[in-house]
Amino acid sequence: MARVVLIGNLAQLTGGVAEFQLSATSVKQLFQQLAELHPALGPHLQEGVAVAIDGQIYQDTLFEPIGPDSEVFVLPQIAGG
Amino acid sequence: MAETNGHANGHTNGNTQGFVGTRQIRPDGVDKVTGRARFGADFNLPGQLIGRVLRSPHPHARIVSIDTSKAEALPGVKAVITREDFGDQPSEFIPAGEMMMNYKDVVRNVMAREKVLYEGHAVAAVAATTTAIARRALKLIDVKYEVLPHVIDVVEAMRPDAPLLHDDLFTVGVEPKPEKPSNIAKRVEIKVGDVDAGFKKADLIVEREFKTAPVHQGYIEPHAALATVSEDGATELWTTTQGHFIVRAHCARLLGLDMGKVRVTATEIGGGFGGKTVVYLEPLAIALSRKAKRPVKMVMSREEVFKASGPTSGATVRVKMGATRDGKFVAGFAELKYQAGAFQGSPVQPGTMCAYAPYDMENVHVIGYDVVSNRPKVAAYRAPGAPISEYAVESVVDEIAKKLGLDPIELRMMNAAHEGTKAAYGPKFGPIGLEETLNSIKKTEHWNTPLRKWQGRGVASGFWFNIGGETSVSLTVNEDGTISLMAGTPDIGGLRAALSSVAADELGVPYDKVRPIIGDTGSVSFNFLTGGSRSAFSGSMAIVEAAKQIKSELIARACKLWEAKPDQVEFKDGAVRPLGALAEKVKPMTIAEFAKISGKLGGPIGGVGRINAQGAGPSFGTHLVDLEVDPETGRTTILRYTVAQDAGRALHPAYVEGQFQGGAVQGIGWALNEEYIYGEDGKLQNAGFLDYRMPVASDVPMIDAILVEVGNPKHPYGVRGVGETPIVPPLGAIANAMENATGIRFTELPMSPPKVLKALQEQGRNKP
Repeated sequence: MARVVLIGNLAQLTGGVAEFQLSATSVKQLFQQLAELHPALGPHLQEGVAVAIDGQIYQDTLFEPIGPDSEVFVLPQIAGG
Repeated sequence: MAETNGHANGHTNGNTQGFVGTRQIRPDGVDKVTGRARFGADFNLPGQLIGRVLRSPHPHARIVSIDTSKAEALPGVKAVITREDFGDQPSEFIPAGEMMMNYKDVVRNVMAREKVLYEGHAVAAVAATTTAIARRALKLIDVKYEVLPHVIDVVEAMRPDAPLLHDDLFTVGVEPKPEKPSNIAKRVEIKVGDVDAGFKKADLIVEREFKTAPVHQGYIEPHAALATVSEDGATELWTTTQGHFIVRAHCARLLGLDMGKVRVTATEIGGGFGGKTVVYLEPLAIALSRKAKRPVKMVMSREEVFKASGPTSGATVRVKMGATRDGKFVAGFAELKYQAGAFQGSPVQPGTMCAYAPYDMENVHVIGYDVVSNRPKVAAYRAPGAPISEYAVESVVDEIAKKLGLDPIELRMMNAAHEGTKAAYGPKFGPIGLEETLNSIKKTEHWNTPLRKWQGRGVASGFWFNIGGETSVSLTVNEDGTISLMAGTPDIGGLRAALSSVAADELGVPYDKVRPIIGDTGSVSFNFLTGGSRSAFSGSMAIVEAAKQIKSELIARACKLWEAKPDQVEFKDGAVRPLGALAEKVKPMTIAEFAKISGKLGGPIGGVGRINAQGAGPSFGTHLVDLEVDPETGRTTILRYTVAQDAGRALHPAYVEGQFQGGAVQGIGWALNEEYIYGEDGKLQNAGFLDYRMPVASDVPMIDAILVEVGNPKHPYGVRGVGETPIVPPLGAIANAMENATGIRFTELPMSPPKVLKALQEQGRNKP
């Protein structure tokens, strides 16, 4: 099970729960499982977040693999100037 | 020279030459030094009209009515547009630059609807046969306003009794949800560990409040757009932008156009720094052209650039840090209040995430507020949000060093983030180069040179994430074997040179046989904009993919021609070469030889790279500055400046150094002189380069640049983005040098001569 941590304001949509153990094997499954657990998260995950898997940040991609022992952070989306 | 050119990440390109990492001639250099390069305002079309914008004289007012009849009746006027020409948009957030953007706000920013929200807000626009007629027409437009109270300052805007900009703006991110609207659009928060427990472990706690002024990106080239719309709706637009695909998307959305009918060409760009990631004139030019049925050209004046295009936020920041007596940081708290301008969307979120990113800290809590006020909507500016929060933290770090009697570089080194550090915003860092930049600075002769009275030295570090994103390039093998390279992200900081080096190395051809261009939106697949330090990082990854296709195709053709199997050939040094026994039968065949008979072997040769680049590596930098304060005038002179930054691998070192130097100089301006100055009437008083003082070449010394190269393992050449980070450390480094020179901790930017003189006078120290 991957350890999943919500960073920033997202935990306000889960009643304050910021950490999960999930069986997701991809970003797509991660979003699905989080949205099933907490439907209020769904639109925000679709709107744009970044996902850090074992330290590497990914954006706008659904198929990045998540390992059973991965540490995953869901972050606000990052861009630049 | 290596046997085959590659690097530690396992990527080899099969060629022995190595243009990557060398200082090749800039493909756009000749055009730029001869004045041949065509920037936004250089484009013209036969029969074009001149477009001009009527702007609000009030910082805040309700628009009662707009009567354009007299302007429309003026001979020579061919079109007039107002809010009536733009359909309203639903509230929908989309990514834009570093910030999320709401189309409901975008349509109101390009053309005011119910209210004007800042001085300079567009109210109407005209297209006429001459500039003089267009100006006269603007005077004939009768706008009736109901003037409303305004608010400029971020703290005042947060007060419950402040004039309200938007009746429907309810603070997001607070529980319970507010019942009343306010100017606070959002509260954001980053939290790791337990700061209260951390502060209990601290032997020293330093807490200070800082203020920074809004500053403009200061690009030399003003916004410019030329649009032509044909009778069938086909639209062409030339504009100075950091992202022509984004311009196409915004214009199509705002004007109800099919994207396929809109072709946008990015002109040469005279600076953007994040400020050209949004639209201002572009939808107006298209709307005017559509109405007038003639091309329309629009160019902002410098005054318009200052008043109506996005600066970055001014802010109020409170920082509280705790450290043990031996210098270990045990807790960090910060509260950030960022101005968003007239519409929500300041860079406060990245500000919260970056504030403590350079340090290995277990307990961090940062709260941020996104606040609207009667100023132009902010736009991205290099490392958006980070310079402000990191300035405050770096100032406090310096104060901790002084109070603990520690060397400021050693203190930073003791707490520096490194590979495996859990970043203050969550995930663990991979290989990063902060410690290497600190070490590089400490070893410089600069660090060890003595100073005189009224001179001071300061150091500060900085961080930016960097990004990748959707990127598309093409490589075409021409009939003579030369290579045409097409990218779709505007070249702002040396993209063409960087990508040409990579293409040359990947294909084993001379650098000067690769000719790069930036394609329009109809010539190459979608590209996200140039921003976030992504274009060279992502573009070079896409070039590797495109070159792979060419090499695979050439190998396949050679196998057919030589009746050989793939394992009997290899691609090396720009040619397909037979191996083993086959080498005795056939000679190697170069790209040029394939190109000469491409028709006989299957047709034209080329490759495309279309990727959503991931794996951007963060970049850290450390800056060192010496300055001298004149106690009689308060004027500060920068004496010496050194930048050390981790570039991963510098594709074109001269351009990378240029990014370091440019960021440092912009930071010097931010720290010492630049600010938007408003009167009590809510009007900007310094909308021009005479009164808005940016550093020019004669104001600064040569900026020494130290390239640190800790390879990014996720990039085939080890590249990290480099454009954002260099603007992060200067504010803190200069504030720390000012303290070192004067003994005064300045907590308000800019540290302009009047403020410095006043502070010295208050301490009776304004004598040499």
